[in-house]
Amino acid sequence: MTRFKLPLVTLTIILFLSLSHNELKAEKECFEKVSRSVFKFNTALDNTLLGPVARLYNKLPQKVKEGTGNVTSNIGRLLSVPNHLLQGNVSDAADSFGAFTINLFFGIGGLNDVASAYTDIQPTQEDLSQTLGVYGVKNGCYFVLPVLGPTTVRDTAAMVGDTFLDPFATMTWRQKEVLNETFNKSNYVLYKGADAIDFRGDNDTNIESLKKNSIDLYAATKSLYLQNKKNKIENSTGNEEDGWGNLDK
Amino acid sequence: MKKLVFIFFIFLVLNNNKLLAYSSEPKSFISELVTEAINVLSDKSLSDEKKNNVIALIAKENVDIKALGYYTLGSIRKSLDKSILEQYNNLFEKYFLKSLTSRLSEYSDQKFEVTGAEQKSANYTIVFSKVSGETKSPEIKVNWRVYTKNPSKPLIRDLIVEGLSLAKTQKEEFASILNSNNNDVAKLLDKLKEFINN
Repeated sequence: MTRFKLPLVTLTIILFLSLSHNELKAEKECFEKVSRSVFKFNTALDNTLLGPVARLYNKLPQKVKEGTGNVTSNIGRLLSVPNHLLQGNVSDAADSFGAFTINLFFGIGGLNDVASAYTDIQPTQEDLSQTLGVYGVKNGCYFVLPVLGPTTVRDTAAMVGDTFLDPFATMTWRQKEVLNETFNKSNYVLYKGADAIDFRGDNDTNIESLKKNSIDLYAATKSLYLQNKKNKIENSTGNEEDGWGNLDK
Repeated sequence: MKKLVFIFFIFLVLNNNKLLAYSSEPKSFISELVTEAINVLSDKSLSDEKKNNVIALIAKENVDIKALGYYTLGSIRKSLDKSILEQYNNLFEKYFLKSLTSRLSEYSDQKFEVTGAEQKSANYTIVFSKVSGETKSPEIKVNWRVYTKNPSKPLIRDLIVEGLSLAKTQKEEFASILNSNNNDVAKLLDKLKEFINN
């Protein structure tokens, strides 16, 4: 029973918060002043540490970068499996698990994305915040976490919930046995760190351009975060017609 | 001397006239326009200033900057004095062109391909394209919101990069500045001036 205690508590918190924030618009702030201060700290951290490390990473041979990206993406597919199932998408769950297994065994531990290159499998990434979004749980208010960045009430609760759904997190962070395998916490930290650097490296030009061309970087980042989350939940392409009515005068 | 500068300016405009005539069919319009822009940006014989001038010229002719400015400002535009709105339009154009040339100059070595189009209404068509670098970095999907009210003169109103609308992002930036300053448009104009002059 204790195994299920924490997920249950998390879900209860999510439901409580989602109900209490149901009437709030997505762009509502929880505590904007604090979030802006945290955002400043995160930007300074990015300027002094993550950005420079990501640019060094970008100088590595293409094969190394591709391999790192493939390994982190492949591990990420494990989290998609339970989330696809929770959304009732059994064939998508099979695709994610299939791609993970093919890459693990035929792609040298996931270094090569054999599944994409040689099969028709096109797995999509899903997490608990998307699953909750699909079930109608609203964002709740928006805030910024130190180091981890932009989030909402729903997404923070889902991030905690994900560590219980994710088989890799179960094996590493909580060191539970899955298929007779366990790892230690450092594996999880290493995976998350590599994933963050790979993402930051891939998006270096865009992020630096955004910093240079925004008149309110905090608001721009918030907008991009919320747009991206909405698109992922609705599986949409962001081409909606809202606000594009009569602009001739 | 003034006469000489004027003749040079006319020559420049005439010389660039070929840049301004694109197909009116949305897909071809975007394809021709972006190819032209990439050619300009990757032309090593041109100085950065000249590149920026040509890009600004292309944008002024083919992007609906005024409407984009209105969209970005939101409904508050309806309650503004004509003179303030005019001031806003002027500043927005400068802000937009500076931001555009700065953004585009970082993507000059990219390959570009139009992949399709979808007519959303009589006024709007979304043109789909993809952009990729020389290395095996992931392709970026870029969609273009093309305003087609006048079918013979399509105009770009938004760029949607991987599902993220640049116009919407700008709109929320502007709204944030207005919200934190009691909807005082003068503060927004100050921010725009600050960006233009930096």
